[in-house]
Amino acid sequence: MGGYIVRRIGYGALVLLGVNLATFFLFFTVNTPDDMARLNIGGKRVNQEVIDKWKAERGYDKPLYFNEAKAGSEKFTDTIFWERSVSLFALDFGRADAESAGDIGHEVATRMWVSIQLALPLFVLQLIASTAFALLLALFRHTRLDFWGVVACVLMLSISSLFYIIVGQYFFSRVLKLSPISGYVAGWDVLKFLVLPIALSLVARLGAEARLYRAMFLEELGKDYVRTARAKGLSEMVVLYRHVLRNAMIPIITSAGSYLPYVFLGSLVFESFFGLPGLGAYVIEAITKQDFAVVRTMVFLGSLLYILSYILIDVAYTWADPRVRLA
Amino acid sequence: MPKFVLLWTDAAMWLMAAALAGYVLLVLRRPGLRANWIKVFGDAAALSSSVVLALCLGITLLDSLHYRPLLPPAAGSESSAPAYDTRTRSLLDALLVRLVDSREATYSRPLSYVGFTKESVEIDGQVQRVAPRLKFGGAHLQDPATQWPGDLAWRSLLGLALGALVAALLSVALLALVARRDHRPLPQAMAAAWRGEGRIPWRVACITLGVIGLLAGPVALLAGHYHVFGTDLTGNDVLYQALKSIRTAFVIGTLATVATLPLAVGLGILAGYFRGPVDEVVQYLYTVLSSVPNVLLIAACVLMVQVFIDQHPEAFETGAERADLKLFLLCAVLGLTGWAGLCRLLRAETLKLRELEFVQAAQAFGVPSTRIMRRHIFPNLAHLMLIVTVLEFSSLILYEAVLSYVGVGVDPSMNSFGGMINLARSEMSRDPVVWWSFAAAFGFMVVLVLAANLFADGVRDAFDPRSRAFRPQLGLKRASP
Repeated sequence: MGGYIVRRIGYGALVLLGVNLATFFLFFTVNTPDDMARLNIGGKRVNQEVIDKWKAERGYDKPLYFNEAKAGSEKFTDTIFWERSVSLFALDFGRADAESAGDIGHEVATRMWVSIQLALPLFVLQLIASTAFALLLALFRHTRLDFWGVVACVLMLSISSLFYIIVGQYFFSRVLKLSPISGYVAGWDVLKFLVLPIALSLVARLGAEARLYRAMFLEELGKDYVRTARAKGLSEMVVLYRHVLRNAMIPIITSAGSYLPYVFLGSLVFESFFGLPGLGAYVIEAITKQDFAVVRTMVFLGSLLYILSYILIDVAYTWADPRVRLA
Repeated sequence: MPKFVLLWTDAAMWLMAAALAGYVLLVLRRPGLRANWIKVFGDAAALSSSVVLALCLGITLLDSLHYRPLLPPAAGSESSAPAYDTRTRSLLDALLVRLVDSREATYSRPLSYVGFTKESVEIDGQVQRVAPRLKFGGAHLQDPATQWPGDLAWRSLLGLALGALVAALLSVALLALVARRDHRPLPQAMAAAWRGEGRIPWRVACITLGVIGLLAGPVALLAGHYHVFGTDLTGNDVLYQALKSIRTAFVIGTLATVATLPLAVGLGILAGYFRGPVDEVVQYLYTVLSSVPNVLLIAACVLMVQVFIDQHPEAFETGAERADLKLFLLCAVLGLTGWAGLCRLLRAETLKLRELEFVQAAQAFGVPSTRIMRRHIFPNLAHLMLIVTVLEFSSLILYEAVLSYVGVGVDPSMNSFGGMINLARSEMSRDPVVWWSFAAAFGFMVVLVLAANLFADGVRDAFDPRSRAFRPQLGLKRASP
């Protein structure tokens, strides 16, 4: 298993290199540093001198991929591409493009905890709620409860998450005044700010996930070992909880695991709607301000987390199913 | 003579309509495909939602014929060159010209004849705060307080009757077509449809037409003299915006999924067929692509598109052209970033197919690889492509709303559900609350997405026999284990 994980990490590093090259091409070749400078300085003061100063401040005043002026290996190392890549892989993100914004690394480190506070409980509750609902439907399969449950799921997954947020905020915060509309405080008081976004996010994703998990359970229910278990005289509950649930864990882990990166990155929409200063809200701010340095960093971080979470999922397989051997 | 404008998405939508027509002809000629589609339409929910989708497709195509009206020659100017309006209109705008032109000052409630905000007006020498009469909504009423309820009532009733009539006529026309195909008289076919005989439950289609007619009739009749769904901040009719948003949603749903196909199909088949280094490269490509969180990748690409458009303002004659190109490029970006999932699926399926006897036989006969991939592998992947394309459609419509909120969606000047929801956010925090814009966007979007989802489920159940086992049934029979 150790060898497998080392190989996966090696492949992950290769993928990260690809992501880095792609984002660099997108952000520096399509949109040259001169364009970035013009956009950020803005207004009438734009002349070559100001642009050069802006570029020098941020280290953008070098050739993109290949430096003719230098000798030897410096032809490659004294370029924007090399310097940016090295600092990204060292997790040193530099400062944001915008005039007033500060160090990206510091922002990420502080905002990450807000995102985790929102997303980690959500991740766990989501897994429990969706699995429980799907199990309920599977237990009552081919009855009215199952039929109308699936109808409710289809209806719920046809509604945009924005509707849940707007209606939920209006109803619970404005009409019933049960929770604050938006905001964030440090410490345990944060709970009252987090309850509503977590609950709404739970409902918004329940339809799609419960329907998917139900199909997984039904697929397992059609297999031979279930017939054997029933033939042994086990009750339907024991068959479902002891046999089917454990076997359906693998597809469920795969599907739930794809949300793992968002535990750190946070949900873009929910954070910005509820005024939580997490990474998701940070990305939206950066996009509206067209701060490319921040977007670039988040793309890199996102793919890093994706790769890590997939390795984690593979390890989780061995825990869920002892037959799985990673080699 | 107005000047016709062919926007990028117009051309794409008409191409798509032509492709759809071609596909229908193909289905009619191939018995196997035909049997599968009869299964799709045999599902009541899928049939009913296909009626809704067909209606939306009609609206989309009407809204995809653009022109710029000829302006009357300005007084005093001698030049013979015709001048055209800078605003681009579509055929749908021409049909809804009353809604376009009836612009109020600001918010007004649905069906109201007075404005939403009060103004200071001098009455009999005293300044009073009253809600002013609307310029268009209910402007034909002399004494609104007494006439308004009656006017609404008779218009709605007339609308219901007319809607029912149109729906009945359409249903009879549909059943007449069915009767002609079956070579039997119309009354007999109608009776059979009513009893639910045959493989396709035509009565469901007729009931759906009836429901749409009953809903649309009153709206159509009231829309001439009232704002049925109210007006927004700048006084534009909300019903008009919602109807225009259907096109945006449809364009994104169809173009973006079709844009994923070339890369997904091409690379998926190549990787699965050749295996080895080709497979490694393709796998690496889609792992890189799917390792970046989707929204971030799309945001990054769209920002680049935005920079490009901002730097080349001279390339666009009108604002509509710029907004349209942005929509087109958004679809392209969604396509270029979204092919990983389908590619993975097609690669796995090709790996399986290439080991089957018919492919081995073709190889033994010395059929070239390109021909094997085209003639033997591609047709056997078509059902997967169809299922994924149809399933993606609804999720892309939902995605557009999120992207618009994030600020990387369609141009703000273009009507879209995402844009309407975005504005609704601040409207819902006003006091008294402005709910109608939000409700209209909600209603139209849910109907469209729900129809797309139900249709997709029908298609999947018909083309993928495995998924049929998971269908919930109302029948109270015990499951055979």
